[in-house]
Amino acid sequence: MSDPSVLAAASRPGRLAATTAGLRRRPLLGFALGAGAIAVLLGALEGWRELGQATINGIVAGNYFALGAVGLTLIFGVLRLVNFAHGEFLTFGAYMLVAGNALGLPLLASAAFGVLATAALGLLLEVGLWRPVRRKRVGELQLLLLALGLAFLMRNAMAFVAGPEDRRAGANVTAGLHLGALRIGRTELIVTMVGICAIVAVAVVLRSTSLGRQTRALADSIQLAETTGIDTDRIVLITWATSGGLAGLAGILYALPAGTVHPNLGFGLILSIFAAVVVGGIGNAYGALAGGLLIGLAQEWSTLVIDPAMKVAVGFAVLIATLLVRPQGLFGRARGVEG
Amino acid sequence: MTELGLLGVTIEFLWNVDFWINVGVLATTYGVFALGIQLNVGTTGIFNFGQAGFMAVGSYGMGILVVKADVSFWLALVLGVLIAIAAALLVGLPSLRLRADYFAISTLAFSEIVRYVADNWDGLTGGNLGLFGYTDSWTATSARIDELLERIGVAPRFLLPLLLVNLAILLAAALVVLLLVRSPWGRVLRAIREDEDAARSLGKNTFAYKLQSLSLASSLAAVAGYMLAINISILSPANFEPVLTAYGYVIVILGGLGSYAGVVVGSALLIFVLEATRYLELPLSDARIASLRFMIVGAVLMALVVFRPQGLFGRREELTLRAR
Repeated sequence: MSDPSVLAAASRPGRLAATTAGLRRRPLLGFALGAGAIAVLLGALEGWRELGQATINGIVAGNYFALGAVGLTLIFGVLRLVNFAHGEFLTFGAYMLVAGNALGLPLLASAAFGVLATAALGLLLEVGLWRPVRRKRVGELQLLLLALGLAFLMRNAMAFVAGPEDRRAGANVTAGLHLGALRIGRTELIVTMVGICAIVAVAVVLRSTSLGRQTRALADSIQLAETTGIDTDRIVLITWATSGGLAGLAGILYALPAGTVHPNLGFGLILSIFAAVVVGGIGNAYGALAGGLLIGLAQEWSTLVIDPAMKVAVGFAVLIATLLVRPQGLFGRARGVEG
Repeated sequence: MTELGLLGVTIEFLWNVDFWINVGVLATTYGVFALGIQLNVGTTGIFNFGQAGFMAVGSYGMGILVVKADVSFWLALVLGVLIAIAAALLVGLPSLRLRADYFAISTLAFSEIVRYVADNWDGLTGGNLGLFGYTDSWTATSARIDELLERIGVAPRFLLPLLLVNLAILLAAALVVLLLVRSPWGRVLRAIREDEDAARSLGKNTFAYKLQSLSLASSLAAVAGYMLAINISILSPANFEPVLTAYGYVIVILGGLGSYAGVVVGSALLIFVLEATRYLELPLSDARIASLRFMIVGAVLMALVVFRPQGLFGRREELTLRAR
């Protein structure tokens, strides 16, 4: 019993176990290896050109999901609030783009207007709704129900004002670039690059600036952050503005290549965004980026083998699989925002 | 009366028996639907946001079995409940062990995915054209109930047989759930709601109890789905919008969390208001009026949650929404 060599042998993991443990410690590596293996399999079975096109489409879609997911996960990380109305923020941003166009602004100015207006909406809701409600110390169920009610209120208010018909987003959706046999829309390429830049900017701010450190402190414990002299109200406001702005940007970047805006725009994306948040680990900004890309790729790759109309269901399948295998998500910790 | 007339409101519908039968049929449907939410949220403390999805799974399961697989209607009613329970296990097994917010997200996502699949899997569900042709057995039964009614001197009336059957089902379901909640099993559910760790420390397998609570709620959703399916005689994905789950929460909070009599009263109240507002004559398009009604549902849910979380009949000592 007390022979140390026996104990050592018992605790020494087998090679396979060591490998899986290693992958568990480095989930991103495991994720990349798994995605690579599936890519090779799909490429060999379905053709490399098809795989390449699906990969491009997946990165484009993953970019919208990631942008939406970063905003959602930030709010969750800082306030423990599952903002079911986040999809409606995307829709709002896209409609503000349309409104900007209608006022005669150039497209770029309309887009900036949309982002700012959605950020302002986030601030307004924090001051008018969420902060007073937090002061009343309401429970978890109340917060969830408030977010659900707000989602219905916002979506239908927009449908009421704008009407059910599609509105033109105003960008060129026909021009495209050809890379060999592959094609990407010009607008798609631009919005993807803008989206990735925005996410990288948020990640850099979270990791390297004082503001980012304060935000992460709030995510760990809002009370402790308060006692160390951080102006928590200010950080919460900035988080809402960021979340709203990113959501508005996501809605606009989605609407531009799609060509039209309608009241269910964000609602149609929110499922994939939630899947991205859970896959990345709720509250983790980098996780949201990886989760968004993973959901985008999974959905577009799936169209190679199953009916494309079912691709949203693939996002749900990935969500359930993540909860079964690694409920804390790709990026580990059960709580908090990491940057 | 004249002022009311100027606003474009006619209240003559209040004397119309068909209006009340329709309210009754819908209120009993939503009552059974909301009983499940009450069991999950009010009694067990798990936040099921996917009740509309379970309703869709149960009723589509029944409809598909009858229409596509030629299963008898009555057997399909049983199998549909089993399918709904299987769906509850699919969602509950991975997410009920985790924090409450994961469960809320998973159930809402499930509800959306069911609607999405029903919309796109045309071969199985009829897509947005709908699924129909499962009502033959019911039509025969309904005619027999009409005959019985005529024998005791009641003139046949459209939907009256369905109303009677629905009422009986609602009362039976409410009674069964009430008895279950008062049984030792129900006491464990309440213990989980109050303090899950304490319940676990007493040796209770709380995960299994939560799964059972969810499965029962899902079965009730399936039954409510049958009531809806028979009432509208065509299943279409648009009937299972997540707004149904919001209706369910409005009912549960109106009636008071944890109160089963409250569910019956709450659903009658909500459906009466929803149906009565159809008679508002507004100078707006139908689509805009629909949006307005959903806006109001969202706003009412928010207002109730903030200003009257204990509902109309809720007892504060039975349940205050978990303060943190």
